[in-house]
Amino acid sequence: MKQTGLMKGAALGALLAAGAAIAPVAAQDSVYFANNAYRTGPFSGSGIPIGDGMRDYIAMINERDGGVNGVKVIYEECETGYDTKKSIECYEQAKSKNTIVYSPWSTGATLAAIPRAHIDKIPILSMAYGLSASAEGSTFPWVFIPPFTYWDGASVMVKHMANELGGMDKLKGKKLGLIHLDAPFGKEPIPVLENLAKKYGFELKLYPVAAADMQNQGSLWLSIRRDRPDYLYNQGWGAMNPTAVKEAIKNGFPINKLVGVWWAGGDDDARAGGAEAKGYKSLNFNAAGTNFPVIQDIIKHVVDKGKSLAPKEKVGENLYNRGVYNSMLVVEAIRNAQKLTGKKVVNAEDMRRGLEGLNITEARLKEIGMEGFGTPSTISCSDHSGHSKMYVAEWDGTKWTKGSDWIEPLKDEVRPLIEAAAKDYAEKNAGWPKRTESCEKSS
Amino acid sequence: MFYREAGQYKSTYAADMAVFPLRQDRIGIAVILAIAFIGIPMIGNDFFIATVMIPFLVFSLAAIGLNILTGYTGLISLGTAAFMGVGAYACYKLTTFFPGVNIIVLILISGLFSAAIGVLFGLPSLRIKGFYLAVATLAAQFFLQWAFVRVPWLFNYNASGAIEVPLRSLFGIPITGASASAETRYFVCLGLVVVLTWFASNLVHGRLGRSWMAVRDMDIAAELMGIKLLNAKLLAFAVSSFYAGVAGAMMIFLWYGGGEAADVFNIRLSFNILFMVIIGGLGSLIGSFFGAAFIASLPTILKFGLPALGVPLSGAAAEHVTFMLVGALIIIFLIVEPHGLARLWQITKQKLRTWPFPY
Repeated sequence: MKQTGLMKGAALGALLAAGAAIAPVAAQDSVYFANNAYRTGPFSGSGIPIGDGMRDYIAMINERDGGVNGVKVIYEECETGYDTKKSIECYEQAKSKNTIVYSPWSTGATLAAIPRAHIDKIPILSMAYGLSASAEGSTFPWVFIPPFTYWDGASVMVKHMANELGGMDKLKGKKLGLIHLDAPFGKEPIPVLENLAKKYGFELKLYPVAAADMQNQGSLWLSIRRDRPDYLYNQGWGAMNPTAVKEAIKNGFPINKLVGVWWAGGDDDARAGGAEAKGYKSLNFNAAGTNFPVIQDIIKHVVDKGKSLAPKEKVGENLYNRGVYNSMLVVEAIRNAQKLTGKKVVNAEDMRRGLEGLNITEARLKEIGMEGFGTPSTISCSDHSGHSKMYVAEWDGTKWTKGSDWIEPLKDEVRPLIEAAAKDYAEKNAGWPKRTESCEKSS
Repeated sequence: MFYREAGQYKSTYAADMAVFPLRQDRIGIAVILAIAFIGIPMIGNDFFIATVMIPFLVFSLAAIGLNILTGYTGLISLGTAAFMGVGAYACYKLTTFFPGVNIIVLILISGLFSAAIGVLFGLPSLRIKGFYLAVATLAAQFFLQWAFVRVPWLFNYNASGAIEVPLRSLFGIPITGASASAETRYFVCLGLVVVLTWFASNLVHGRLGRSWMAVRDMDIAAELMGIKLLNAKLLAFAVSSFYAGVAGAMMIFLWYGGGEAADVFNIRLSFNILFMVIIGGLGSLIGSFFGAAFIASLPTILKFGLPALGVPLSGAAAEHVTFMLVGALIIIFLIVEPHGLARLWQITKQKLRTWPFPY
């Protein structure tokens, strides 16, 4: 923020006994990272473990290494309650405090932030959520969606179905049901599934769940019983997921044929089904559990010192570890930005370069104590997602286990759709800025 | 001492019937307008304007709309958010079809679409009253929100069901879309709100407003006096929905800048606007502004202002404290003055008149 803006802000803040966000005077060796969290509201069940994981990884880096190459990461949460209005407020605050990256944590917030971020020049890191089309880096230079998009997820769902049935040609005549939240987030996988259904000759049935009816899916499951789909893919979030698991059991739908998107893979989502939920599946890109050096470091440097908000038994849960993975992406991007620019304290524009040149290989994961913890992720100038591999996790009754090998998404199917959608987006948003940022080579 | 009418003689009917008969009130309005048009853009930073002032203006307009219906005509509606949504989607469709027409004109025209839908859902008001009418307007809320999700034509078949706000400018300055600055958007909002408030003030002080109030106080008596209930009630629905529609279009185009629109216009928003009207003061235009400031802006100011002033609060804790403070304030204000903040304001003015020698 400009100095004058700060003064103006301070003056008005005093005038109205508050109101203006005043940027903290940044110490010389720190960067500020604002994260949207939702520890309140109907989605807090998922929001709390994610927020804890993100917070604890950054805290561990600050405690153990004294920051990223000596630069402390100031992590601040802004509470959104998963509400778009509050997310927009949080975006404005993050902007006025010069965040190096904006972490929206909801598809609605991402959609609202994308046009602004391209003007304000703040990179958005929407890890495996948000607008699938934003993987097209030449149209969306400021949005990053590693390690893959919802469209990749949908294609892996079809591949998983084919794997179990014994080949892509066996898909013909099968029925795939999509239970989805009736909101932008839930509708994301539809175009890919429709294309694949046409190509491989399976039938796609849509079962939309209104946000108000997340816990009231009775009538929907009546239609599922009538249609008898062979597989169900659940693009759900929050209270919708445990309800779907419970309803599947109640309605006698084979639980091992119900596959959730990675956001339907919370421990509490599966736990809701009790013993019968054994076999429930969910796509995943990070491992659950504490048997990783990185989690052990978090426990040693943060949790055991009483600096975590999470109770110790929740550390290592699936969504907690996913938060850790997200923070790892941020920290690695800072490191990369430092390397590319030669500066120690990076700003948002450097961070964009850092994210664009991000290349997290298996070897790098091993170096940072995450061997087998998460999927590798390589971002390039045109590909802001990476379309990395994922696996199908299986609930064994008490915890998530690895239920399949790593599966590559059908990139050839997804990529043309992404390019078309990105083009369409730029056209509909008349005046969409042309990319002027130079390309970053993967490091 | 300074605020009294002594010595101000009215020599014409027009002066006697003026909305602000006191010179001090007129000066006050001029000062408020000067602060709004000059002061706030000068001293407010982007964050303040974008997250406090623009939402405040949008909600004020929506609250004025509902106040015309509920406060002045006595018809309770729980469909305000849906009517706002009609405005937003109408504006989106209009600007898709007529990209050359100025967006401010389209925002106003989209209010007409909302008015038409409002009249349609207002028809039951001729037969049912009170809580039953509130339930009937719930139908509007559910049906319209369903339509926003289910009719893909409304959001131009967008894959994620979102509205995307294109760049539109006036005299070469972008006013919608991402490149529009917070100040510009604020000025457009402010202009619309000032003009529409002035219009509403003339409406409610004129023949139409009097007929609405007559219907509110006792509709049978009003009918016997020659007021056509059909016209009065449906006009109230039309005008109210017009205001809501304009507010909705402003909300998406000048504040949110696109995104997940269907979910924004949910029943919680309807309730929030009803609370603004009740806490601000039923049947008072200034009350609509008070209500919007209290329900919409105060939580934001507390949430971001307290930490900015050095209170060690962050994230969820700030949110919880805000919930508790605002909740407590609502109860306190309703106990102190059940007729709303506008009544409190009136009492303050009355006390000021006799100050420093009250009798």
